[in-house]
Amino acid sequence: MSEMFSKKNLKLITNPLGEDNPITVQVLGICSALAVTVKVEPAIVMAISVTAVLAFANVIISLLRNTIPSRIRIIVQLVVIAALVILVDQILKAYAYDVSKQLSVFVGLIITNCILMGRLEAFALGNKPWPSFLDGIGNGSGYALILVIVAVTREIFGSGSITLPGFGEMKLIPQAFYDMGYSNNGLMILPPMALIVVGIIIWVQRARNKELIES
Amino acid sequence: MQEIINIFVKSVFIDNMVFAYFLGMCSYLAVSKTVKTSVGLGLAVVFVLVITVPVDYLLNEYLLGPGALAWIDESYKTVDLSFLSFIMFIAVIASMVQLVEMVVEKYAPALYASLGIFLPLIAVNCAILGGSLFMQEREYTSIAQATSFAFGSGIGWFLAIVGIAAIREKIRYSQVPAPLRGLGITFIVTGLMGIAFMSFMGIKL
Repeated sequence: MSEMFSKKNLKLITNPLGEDNPITVQVLGICSALAVTVKVEPAIVMAISVTAVLAFANVIISLLRNTIPSRIRIIVQLVVIAALVILVDQILKAYAYDVSKQLSVFVGLIITNCILMGRLEAFALGNKPWPSFLDGIGNGSGYALILVIVAVTREIFGSGSITLPGFGEMKLIPQAFYDMGYSNNGLMILPPMALIVVGIIIWVQRARNKELIES
Repeated sequence: MQEIINIFVKSVFIDNMVFAYFLGMCSYLAVSKTVKTSVGLGLAVVFVLVITVPVDYLLNEYLLGPGALAWIDESYKTVDLSFLSFIMFIAVIASMVQLVEMVVEKYAPALYASLGIFLPLIAVNCAILGGSLFMQEREYTSIAQATSFAFGSGIGWFLAIVGIAAIREKIRYSQVPAPLRGLGITFIVTGLMGIAFMSFMGIKL
């Protein structure tokens, strides 16, 4: 047990949360990260779906890594990912139909999410199943972290509320504020603001961690 | 005919792949350092979109969609295979990219040399799969509409990547705060370009 959670293995989970974050540092999986962050609920569902697909795809490819001929590995990876995504899509349609409608094509686009291909190529093809599983969970959580930060910012400023799965929509800004003339910033709901929020997150992260600055 | 032109204009400007849906962001950010390479990748994306979306349209119409198998026999009318569409679409895209790569290599070596490394990358560009999935979701009624949508989305993506590459070439000479250099400023500039593109949103076609 202690072997399974050694320092080296724990690093696989903690690194992607900060200095090796898939979105802000490795630049993987941007497309879906931006499109589903208008409200918090779809962002959380998306993050969980990606983490699940990533962890299991990592394990499967890692188990197969010695038998896949390198020339056809991309197709094999795509088939494994596509099969897992179909499972996730069917589960969402069965148990969370409204959210799956909101996510529309973005569930399908998990297949071409670069986090998946990137981690499969960079990690699962060269490592044992257990570290690969942890790597998948770690990178999925790093992705989730950014998604939730962006979604919370956009929903608070854009709609004045927070929508959590299972709790429904909660108003955060009291009516008295609106009566005094405060109004929601409609720009935050529009797609371009997601890019600017991520840009600012990158700015803050790099200002704190000078090693990440590009020359 | 007018319908087809409307779809084209709409998918270039109003429903732009990059600014409205953030599709193909990864390669958009990674390959936009110089205008020359971004033109190559942009052309390759247009090319592959125009080939794969009509093929996926036919697949969806005659194999996967609800009631699509009715042409074999009336009794197949209730079959709905659309849950298989992800795996079929991605298979079509991966094999088409491979095929296009081989054809271009044989018959247009000059084009191959300029597109070279970008062609295989396109298989995992979300703009391509996104094109097919949007085509399925928006339920275009003819193959001409689907092709026009594919061409328009490709051109929209091309415009976006060439635009950001030109801006990034200029940004190199300006004083950007150190932590924003590279990735950060590219995100913010893309956001501003997106706001500019939103001015097309009011247009009703």
